[in-house]
Amino acid sequence: MKIKTFSYSQLDTFIHKLSGLSKLVCFLLLTTSIMLTYDIRYIIGILIFSYIMFIIAKIQFKQIKMMLYYVGAFLLFNFIITYLFEPEYGVKIYGTKHILFTLIGRYTVTQEQLFYQITKFLKYLSVIPLGIIFILTTNPSEFASSLNGIGVPYKICTSLSLTLRYFPDVVNDYNTISLAQQARGIEMSKKAKLIDRIKRIGSILVPLLMTTMDRIEVISNGMDLRGFGKHNKRTWYSRKPLNIRDYLSMLICLLLLLISLYIRFKINHSIYYNPFI
Amino acid sequence: MNSKFSTKSIVATGLGAALFWVLFTYVKVPSPVPETNLQVAYGISAFFAAVFGPVAGFLVAFVGHALSDFISYGSPWWSWVVASGISALVAGFCFSKVAPRVEEGICGTSELVSFALWTVIGTALAWLLVAPVLDIVMYSEPVSTVFAQGLMAFVMDAIVSVVLGGILLKAYAATKTGKGTLSKEN
Repeated sequence: MKIKTFSYSQLDTFIHKLSGLSKLVCFLLLTTSIMLTYDIRYIIGILIFSYIMFIIAKIQFKQIKMMLYYVGAFLLFNFIITYLFEPEYGVKIYGTKHILFTLIGRYTVTQEQLFYQITKFLKYLSVIPLGIIFILTTNPSEFASSLNGIGVPYKICTSLSLTLRYFPDVVNDYNTISLAQQARGIEMSKKAKLIDRIKRIGSILVPLLMTTMDRIEVISNGMDLRGFGKHNKRTWYSRKPLNIRDYLSMLICLLLLLISLYIRFKINHSIYYNPFI
Repeated sequence: MNSKFSTKSIVATGLGAALFWVLFTYVKVPSPVPETNLQVAYGISAFFAAVFGPVAGFLVAFVGHALSDFISYGSPWWSWVVASGISALVAGFCFSKVAPRVEEGICGTSELVSFALWTVIGTALAWLLVAPVLDIVMYSEPVSTVFAQGLMAFVMDAIVSVVLGGILLKAYAATKTGKGTLSKEN
C-alpha cells in the first residue's frame, strides 16, 4: 500500500498568509453558495475564480494529480448513473423538450438533459479546487485552532488535531501489521468468499485496534497528568490574529454568496437557470 | 467532570477518527457487486460508538469520512459524510448496555444482539433516509438514483459493521480483566 496523499508546504503567498479561520469561513461560504445554485453562469464564474486562486497559491499540478484522477472517475460515474436512472430529468426541470436523437426506448438525448448534466458536472467540479486550496495551504495544527475560532468546542478541536497528528502513525501501523499477516499466509483476494474476506480483514483490524487502544491509554494519561480539560477555555499556540487581509477575503466570499442568493431568488426565481424559455 | 467527555473519550475520538480515515481511504475489500467496495471503516465507527458512546461514534465517522473525502476528492460530499456520522451515532445507543459489560471483559450474546440491532437501525436510517434525503435537498440529485445507491450502501455497510464490529468487540472484551477473576491458590 503506497501512501499517495496531499502534503502541506509552507510558501509565501497571499493565500498561505491568510489565517486558517478566514480560509475555513471562505471555504464554507463559497461551497454553500455553489450548493444553493444550479446557474451555469455563476458556477463558471466560481470555476474561473478558483483557478485564479490556484495560480496565486502556486499549487503545482503534480501535487493534485492523484486527486484529479479520483474526482474524474467519480464525476464520470455520477454522470452516467444520472443518465441511466433519469434520462429525461432535464425535461422535467426545464419544462421543454428539444430532442437531439434517440438511443434506445426511453433513452433520448435532449438539449435539456445535456444542459442539466453539464451544469451538474461543472457544479461539482467547481467545489473541488476550493477544498484543494484550503487543505494544501492550511497548516494542520492551525486548522484545529481555526475551528475553535468559529465556535466548535475546544475538546472536539483537540480531538481533531490528534486525528491529524496520528494519521501517519496509523498508516505505518497498518502497513506493518498487514505485512506481518501476509507473511503468515493471509490472503485477501477475490477468490475467498465474502464472509471469509471480512473475517480476514478482521485479522488485521484486531491487532491494529489493540495498538490504537494502547496508544489511547498512553496519550490520555499524559494529557490528564498535564491537567487537560480543567478550564472551559484554552488558547492556541498556532492561532494567527486576523488582519485586514482576512476581513477583506471573508467579505468578498460573503458578497459572492449574496450574489448567488440574489440570482436564485430575484433573477431566476428558482434554483435552476432556464435558457429554454 | 462529565464522564461522557473524559480525556479518554476525547483521545479515543481523535485516534478512532484517524483509524477510520486510514481504512476508509486505503482499505477497500472488493465485493460481489462489480465496481463497489466494502467499506471496512464502518466496523471501526460502530465499535467506537459502542465502547465510547454515541457522540464519540458520530465524530469518528463524521471527521474520518470528511477528511478522507478532503484528501481523495478535494471536497467532502456532505450528505454522505453526515449520514456516516448518523449511522455511528445511532449504533452508539447500545453504549449504556454494552460498554460497562465489555469493560468487565464480558461480551455475550445479549450484548452482541443489542449492538447488531442498533447498528442495523443506524445504518438503515443513515443510508435509506438521511443520505438520499440530504442528496435531494442539498444537491438536488434525481430521486431514483439516490435511493438505489442508498439501498446498496445499506446492505453492504450493515454486513460490514455488524460482522467486523462484533469481531472487534469480542476481541477487545477478551483483553479486559473482569471482577473477581483472581482465585486464591492453595
